[in-house]
Formats: sequence, C-alpha cells, structure tokens
Amino acid sequence: MSDLKPRYDLAVIGAGPAGLAAATLAAQRGLSTVLLDEQRAPGGQIYRAVTQSPVRNPSVLGSDYWHGADLVGPFRDSGADYAPGTTVWSVARSLDIGLSRDGAARVLPARHIILATGAIERPFPIPGWTLPGVMGAGAAQILLKTSGLVASGNVVLAGTGPLLWLLAWQYLRAGARIDVILDTTPRENWRQAMPHMGAFVRSGYVGKGLKLLLEVRRKVKVIGNVTSLAAEGDGRVQTVVFRQGDGAEQRLPADTLLLHHGVIPNINLANATGCAQNWDEAQRCWVPTVDGWGATSVEGVSIAGDGAGIGGALAAEHRGRLAALDALHRLGVLDRDARDRDAAPHREALDKAQRGREFLDTLYRPAKDFRVPTDETIVCRCEEVTAKQVRDAVKLGVSGPNQTKSFLRCGMGPCQGRLCGPTVVEVIADARGVSPAEVGYYRLRPPVKPITLAELASLPKAEDEIAAVLHH
Amino acid sequence: MFQRLPNASGERVSFTIDGRAAEALSGDSVAAALIANGVSACRTTPVSGAPRAPYCMMGVCFDCLVTIDDVGNQQGCLVRVRPGMRVETQNGKREIER
Repeated sequence: MSDLKPRYDLAVIGAGPAGLAAATLAAQRGLSTVLLDEQRAPGGQIYRAVTQSPVRNPSVLGSDYWHGADLVGPFRDSGADYAPGTTVWSVARSLDIGLSRDGAARVLPARHIILATGAIERPFPIPGWTLPGVMGAGAAQILLKTSGLVASGNVVLAGTGPLLWLLAWQYLRAGARIDVILDTTPRENWRQAMPHMGAFVRSGYVGKGLKLLLEVRRKVKVIGNVTSLAAEGDGRVQTVVFRQGDGAEQRLPADTLLLHHGVIPNINLANATGCAQNWDEAQRCWVPTVDGWGATSVEGVSIAGDGAGIGGALAAEHRGRLAALDALHRLGVLDRDARDRDAAPHREALDKAQRGREFLDTLYRPAKDFRVPTDETIVCRCEEVTAKQVRDAVKLGVSGPNQTKSFLRCGMGPCQGRLCGPTVVEVIADARGVSPAEVGYYRLRPPVKPITLAELASLPKAEDEIAAVLHH
Repeated sequence: MFQRLPNASGERVSFTIDGRAAEALSGDSVAAALIANGVSACRTTPVSGAPRAPYCMMGVCFDCLVTIDDVGNQQGCLVRVRPGMRVETQNGKREIER
C-alpha cells in the first residue's frame, strides 16, 4: 500500500456515483483525496464494470448504465488517489480508517470522511430462499454486467421494484429467456401512490419507465397480485410455489429464481461508526440521520448517495458533490457563502433527480407478508435462524434485535446482519405490535467485515507500542 | 444454470475447481467463474450442512465463501479469477491452517 499517502484531507469510501462525484470535485478543488473501494473497478453496483464489461453491445445494458463512464473519466483526471480492492473495516470518531488490502491492514487518518457505501437489495426471505439457484435480481444483473452471464433453463423473476423490471428488459435485450415474472406489487399500493402521481409524471422517469414496462409485458408472461412465494427443490431450486390473490397454490418449474423487492441503504459502516439513524416509514428501512449536506451526527463524517436514504443513481452523484462542497467548507477551503453559491446548481439538479421518488417508494413498497415472513422461513441465513425462533424469543421477552443476537446468534454470522437485520426488525415489531422505530436496529461494531488475526497483526506499529507490550 | 452470452468479450483464464480444469473470462470473479462452470453449490453451511451458492454477488451475503489457493473463507465474489488459481468448494467451517 505504498502508493497511498500517509494521510489525506478527504477519504471517500465507495466508488459508485456518489463516491466518484464527491472525490472528483474535492480533488479538482485541491483537497488531497483518496477513494477507497472494495471492488476491483470503479462504478459501484449501478455502474458495475462500466469500464470493462464484456457486454459490448451498448443497447443491452442501456444508456443509463453507460452514463457511469461519464463519472469515471473526470475522476481519473481529477488527481484523486484510487485504492480498489480495499476493504474498509472501521471508521473511528478520530477519523482514522481501518482498511485491508491484499491481506495487509493499515490505519489511514483523514481530516474528513465521506461514506458512499450505497445500497443493498432488501432481503427477501421466503421459504427456500437459501437453496442454490435462488439469488437476488441485483446479483443476476451483476453477473450480466461483469461477465456477460445470463440465467438459462426455466427462469422465474419474482418481486417488485424498478430493478426487477430493468433486469427483465436487459435480459430480453441480451436475448435471454424469462419464463414468467411473478409481480408481488400489492394492489392497494396503486391507490396509495396515486396522490404522488403528479410529481412522477413531471419527472424524467415516466416516459422511459413506461416504455420499458410495456416492452417487458409484451414479451414476458406477467402474473400479478402474487401474495405468497416459496422455492422448493432437492439440493437446489426446482419448483416455485405461489398464490395469486387468495387463489389456490400454483407451481412452476424453475432452474433459477431471481428475487427482488427494492433496495435499502447499506448502513453497516455508518452504524458501527456511531452515526445516529432513524426509521424511514416511507422506505421501510433504517437510515442514517443526515442534514442537507450529508453531515452525520459524528463530526467529520458525511454520507452521500443511497447510503443516506434511497434516491437513485442520478441523485447520488449530486449528493456526492454537495457533500464534497461541505467538506471543502469544513476544511477551510470555501467560506459559507462560496459553498452555498457553488452548491446551487447541484441542489437544483438533485431536486430534479428526486422528483417522483415518493411515487416509486409507495408503489413498490413490499407487502407485509413478504417483509414479515412465515414461521418456517429462514430469517438469518448465516446462523439458519427461522422467523418462528425470533417470534418465540419475543414471547420470552426479547424486545429488540440486539437481544436476538444473544438468544439465537441471529445476526452474528459473517454477514453481520446485512441479510437478516431488516427482517428481524420487522418480525419483532410485528410480534410486539409496535413500530420498527421503537424496536431499533443491531448495534454494529467494527470490524464491519471479517478480518483475520494475521491482517490485524500486520498493522504497522510504533516503537512505543512494541515497548508497551514487551515490557509491561 | 447460467450461460455466457455468445458475444461476451474477454481473455480466457484457466484455473481449477476442486482439482478439475476449468475456464473463465478475465473479468470474472471467482463466484462468477464457478457459476459459469455450472457449479451448483460452492459450500455447505457450518450449521446444518446445507448447500449454498452465491446469492448477492456484491460482498454482502457471504454465501460464496470458498477456499482459494489453500486459504479458506474467501468471498468468491470479491476476488478476481487468475490463471492457475486453485478454487475449492468449502465444507462447513474453515479448516485450521487453511
């Protein structure tokens, strides 16, 4: 890691649209800036592999995807340092970043830190979702972007949300076959979303979105109002079992089942850093609490992009620029007036990019039956804890997710609650008859990704630290 | 089951899966390379021994844990496949010394 400086004015964590835009602007304005990213190439998940995708026909992934290249070019010219393949496992209040790269750890101090950790797919727990052959629609999209791989045989997509339809459209463009889409969008969502329709119609998304939906619906069988889902099979998925409305159980053969019901902020790092968070009822998830610049409750730590609440890729880049301008202000490069003046066009662009978001949030809010799964469903994939076990723990007096850890090991596996946290919160809240806001979330601690003792031992040590151990 | 798009570009990379010769494209992660080679499950769980396969492909779920060049518990989706790499499916917990 000799290519990194000993310290930086600004460290940005995550190379998606928010991180790329923030690092670019900050470096252009003269801050010594580093962009740390777990992936091997820039783009985050939305623009994954945008510089090197094997899918060369631009019409397969679509022009919105290729826009990512417009962010990477200026970043490369900005003078910011770039550390791909770097796992950040800790951000301390002292603004020291614990990171690992190629098996060696180090601590990197910065004067300001922008977390741009983006979104993850909302866990979609159904019976059988741990079977091989069942994966996230986002995962399938990553396989397409990075490797030109598409599901073959009997392919079923199930769930709700823009990404599900986008993946279907990209699959069709690529010449891949989809047997059926099981649409779980609750009927009543349409009625609830209607008041937000006006803003959505005025947004840039409506024309594009409708065209995409119509094209998919013309070419693929769509079964709507799906109210229950399960995957069955011996050693891997073979059958998808579902109900439409309150109808009888139906069965479909499936070699691949791709699940999706929206994305939520990836909050693990912010949570472990101690950033305050709040329950977002519209998006049904915990969100770090930030101001209009992305500043958190921890001095010197900001969050930009979907990691501070889902706003989409275009909003993310503007949020990245706003967070960078605020960092410039806090580090004494820009006075308040200059910051506000320079922010004006980005704020305007952000407002435009976020127009219509309430409509999407409301329309694609997953049904309760999918957020609060049936008893036999595995909730915690790592420790194989079922919803029934969580409910039984509530009967014994467990009031929040931190207690399920000690009762059930739920949330204590390697994923550190990323795949169970949102569900455990919903199940406990439902069982107690209270809001998830009252139930809380896992209190996460560093390291937020597993690291080996050997990596920790590789941390550079000062003479006095060695002396303290040798001569205690 | 996944298949490669016929016009997917990239250099071929030779590696092994549980000692058998396999081929991938240069941009593939280990997890993608396993999927491209028709490997159904990449590990069994330490809790019940159930088979698992990559679920998220973005470093979040830890279901793609495999042994790479004798080092266990590697997130297959975060490691690029390299020529000569030895990838092994993992049974249960990571072994001591691996």
